Amino acid sequence: MSELTDFTISEARTALREKQFSALELTEAYLAAMERARILNAYVVETPEHARAMAKESDRRIAEGKPRALEGIPLGIKDLFSTKGVHTQACSHILHQFKPTYESTVSANLFDNGAVMLGKLNMDEFAMGSSNETSYYGKVINPWRRKGSNAALVPGGSSGGSAAAVAAHICAGATATDTGGSIRQPAAFTGTVGIKPTYGRCSRWGIVAFASSLDQAGPIARDVRDAAILLKSMASHDAKDTTSVDLPVPDYEAALTGDIRGLRVGIPKEYRMEGMPQDIDALWHKGAKWLRSQGAEIVDVSLPHTKYALPAYYIVAPAEASSNLARYDGVRYGLREKGDDVISMYENTRAKGFGREVQRRIMIGTYVLSAGYYDAYYVKAQKIRTLIKRDFDRAWEKVDVILTPATPSAAFAPGEITDPVQMYLNDIFTVTVNMAGLPGIAVPAGLDSGGLPLALQLIGKPFDESTLFRAAHVIEAAAKFKARPDRWW
Amino acid sequence: MSIDQKTVRRIARLARIRVEESDLPRLEGELNSILRWIEMLNEVDTTDVEPMTSVVKMSIKMRDDVVREGQDPTAVTVNAPRVEDDFYVVPKVIE
Repeated sequence: MSELTDFTISEARTALREKQFSALELTEAYLAAMERARILNAYVVETPEHARAMAKESDRRIAEGKPRALEGIPLGIKDLFSTKGVHTQACSHILHQFKPTYESTVSANLFDNGAVMLGKLNMDEFAMGSSNETSYYGKVINPWRRKGSNAALVPGGSSGGSAAAVAAHICAGATATDTGGSIRQPAAFTGTVGIKPTYGRCSRWGIVAFASSLDQAGPIARDVRDAAILLKSMASHDAKDTTSVDLPVPDYEAALTGDIRGLRVGIPKEYRMEGMPQDIDALWHKGAKWLRSQGAEIVDVSLPHTKYALPAYYIVAPAEASSNLARYDGVRYGLREKGDDVISMYENTRAKGFGREVQRRIMIGTYVLSAGYYDAYYVKAQKIRTLIKRDFDRAWEKVDVILTPATPSAAFAPGEITDPVQMYLNDIFTVTVNMAGLPGIAVPAGLDSGGLPLALQLIGKPFDESTLFRAAHVIEAAAKFKARPDRWW
Repeated sequence: MSIDQKTVRRIARLARIRVEESDLPRLEGELNSILRWIEMLNEVDTTDVEPMTSVVKMSIKMRDDVVREGQDPTAVTVNAPRVEDDFYVVPKVIE
């Protein structure tokens, strides 16, 4: 091992317990790496004092011989998660200077398990975006570049800071959230592993709400094992979120047996999109071949309503967002702009505080929920959602997991996509999973002709994350994906 | 269905977002391009389909009706832009 920041979570866990180095040394190595990587703009706030205090506590516990599951592991936290007393703004200007007096359940679970917080990670404003270009704090730069090129690329979004930080080894792992693809798409763009668990697996309490029926937290990590370790700590039943499920959290790491004999893997024909890059189609075939060679059975399945998932999502998600974001009125927290009366104060505050994409989605949401349009748009979209879920329910009669590409392309350049609908199409392979509440994992599986990472997605049955980890682990082993971005920063 | 600038102005008012007159044409174009794309859903026959209410089967959880944490006005108002004596301060609402 050359550098402490090169240890994966599972490696660092062992090394810390064997006292090869201290938690404080590990944290210091990350803090130094973060400072060198500021050009990536992955962190919006670094919290070195918190990190050092937490690392010292970890060293104390290790010395006592009582390490917790994530003792001394340095993590980055997406700015969407409330962190007590620490900057939490969903990368929006409207939450100017907001510091919660409480901790989100997911981050609390991680810290209760001994994790160390390095800082808050950049993201698209209110998790609305697929390129991390809508952040009030500026865009995140992908550590990856095309072969022979110095041109910047986006890390994907909305968890772009999380994905970039994990890929650049400026955190050991990161929290992220996924409403339409915001964990899996950035993971795919950065050669990292990202899992969106089943709706209800992680508590949403203390996570700034975007679209409540779609939002789920999950980890972005360097490999499948690390993602399994992190999800185990993040997931819990929480009385403070009535949609969190009262089911035991399995030991996901124990699922990584490498044995997928008899696993039935569905290949949905509707995911073969017109104009799909050759590299992605080839990788998809390769993925199926890898699984078959390990004893899985490949089965053709049909998910006929796939193409309607994205337009239906762009009714449901903005509708829920317009309702959730109504709370930002300049009265209770964050930014306030002056107005002649209370209504003009609201209007001025929201015009100044929300960026263009957020305003656009609030307005679409307001329109589809407004009198006379509710049935035509919102109810129609929720009916389509029923059909999408039914498609999957039928597929589960024949298969255990479904294999698809994770994204329709590799990472693109900042400013390359300016049309909103074109940007939305980034989530075409991931959004069905949110609409049906299912778990989905993106696992890096190869490089395209330009040397950029590409990923495959596995979709699972509700609460069957264990099978996803098991199958993803087999793909990871077969792909032998060891590529890392050259450190140009 | 497409919307005109008058409708954009109405939506902005409902959404409590101030929109400059000069921004109306841009928003009209952007919102219409999204709405036109969404029209695709009209291809789908949804007769007799129930709208989704929950992706995961769950029953509503009940809890005991007891006093829990609370009574901490300072924690509630600490992030407000203007506060006096634990009250939010807003422009005059009633003349």
